[in-house]
Amino acid sequence: MIFAVWLPLLMPLLAVPLARRGAEQLPPRTAAWALTALALVLALSSTAALALLALNGALRLPFVAALGHLSPHLLGDGSPATVPAAVLAACALTALGASLPRRAVRHMRELRAAHRQFGSAASAGDLSVREDERPDAYALPGRPGRIVVTTGMLRALSAREREVLFAHERAHLSGRHHLFLGATEFAVALHPALRGLCAPLSYALERWADESAARVTGDRALTARAVGRAALAARAASPRPRLSLTATAGPVPRRVSALLSAPKPAARALPRALAGLLLACVALSATAAMEAATDLHDGIEVAQGESAPVGHGD
Amino acid sequence: MPQGQIDEPAGGPADGRTDRRPAGELEASVLAALWAADGPLTPGAVQLELGGGLARTTVTTILTRLHAKGAVTRERVGRGYTYAPAQDSPGLTARRMHAELDKDEDRGTVLARFVSDLSPEDERVLRTLLQSTGQGTADETP
Repeated sequence: MIFAVWLPLLMPLLAVPLARRGAEQLPPRTAAWALTALALVLALSSTAALALLALNGALRLPFVAALGHLSPHLLGDGSPATVPAAVLAACALTALGASLPRRAVRHMRELRAAHRQFGSAASAGDLSVREDERPDAYALPGRPGRIVVTTGMLRALSAREREVLFAHERAHLSGRHHLFLGATEFAVALHPALRGLCAPLSYALERWADESAARVTGDRALTARAVGRAALAARAASPRPRLSLTATAGPVPRRVSALLSAPKPAARALPRALAGLLLACVALSATAAMEAATDLHDGIEVAQGESAPVGHGD
Repeated sequence: MPQGQIDEPAGGPADGRTDRRPAGELEASVLAALWAADGPLTPGAVQLELGGGLARTTVTTILTRLHAKGAVTRERVGRGYTYAPAQDSPGLTARRMHAELDKDEDRGTVLARFVSDLSPEDERVLRTLLQSTGQGTADETP
């Protein structure tokens, strides 16, 4: 088995830091698409690599070899790492196969529960009001999607600021932003090193919705104020900072200052270089997985006696 | 009934655009205004609260529709009505739901929240930013 098979497994370690840098330079919408696509390609490539490693080992088992009508000794000597790597890869794949359906089912169940809860009571149009003094608001995806807002949040904002909030959440719903989050979460489940893409992605999605709200209300300063005041009100209501994934990132001040500054044309040179690097990473990862697959396929054909061992080489 | 008004994205945001928004969005805004208020509101007070972007008759129509749906309650005062949001009696279950959602660390996948938590440093930066807009934390008076 050629070394290319290891490349997709290691690529996220290189690509994730690059992508985190690059995402900051891009307009939010582009950043969201790029991060999600990157996560998916890298995750699928690495899973393919795992499968190839496992298969490569499995072919050396006598009954698998018999099934494929091939003679194991023709598969080549195989490096000493072949068997341990195959066992580890098989374990990883089994774990993934077990955990993915469970996660999916749990997400669906949560969504349905949330809809049952908020679908009927105290709702009008796409808004569901929840009686709770703690300011909170979120978009609940589904058909139809709903905006869930607590009474605490409604009281913390002025009428025009509430329109910003609604426009922001409607942008999440109409842009189907939960699909971006879901796809990336799926990618992270396949390769944990992709976890680093989650924070930049959710920031890009919030910025996307902020910009959309600013366009709908026609007032960037108002939008900035609504976001800022909502965050301050939420903080005032919870005396101790709750532990959260975003506690260190400080996304809210960044969102507010992005809204307060005029929308700027993206700087050119740096993003191009970064984009080039990232594209190279993605291409390399996918090509390596395919190359490894071809290599394994050739090896199998040789072992099946369909082509001579010397036939492959240049 | 003037239901299903069309929201033309191509029309662009302009003043007075409020009246051509879909009925559902208007209902949301009106219900939010009632919840944000300290007590029951007359249609005129709702119109004022919403910044005058809506015609009085539109507000009245929406309030009547919300009442028919059971989202608001009303009481006759003089020649008209005052409206209040219908209190959600199973508010308890809503709170339980909240607690359940709070427990789940994966919630981020399902729900995109409006604002995330602030660190003390965030809070300081944010206050400075808002003050620099000139209107700071002062209340919005259109």
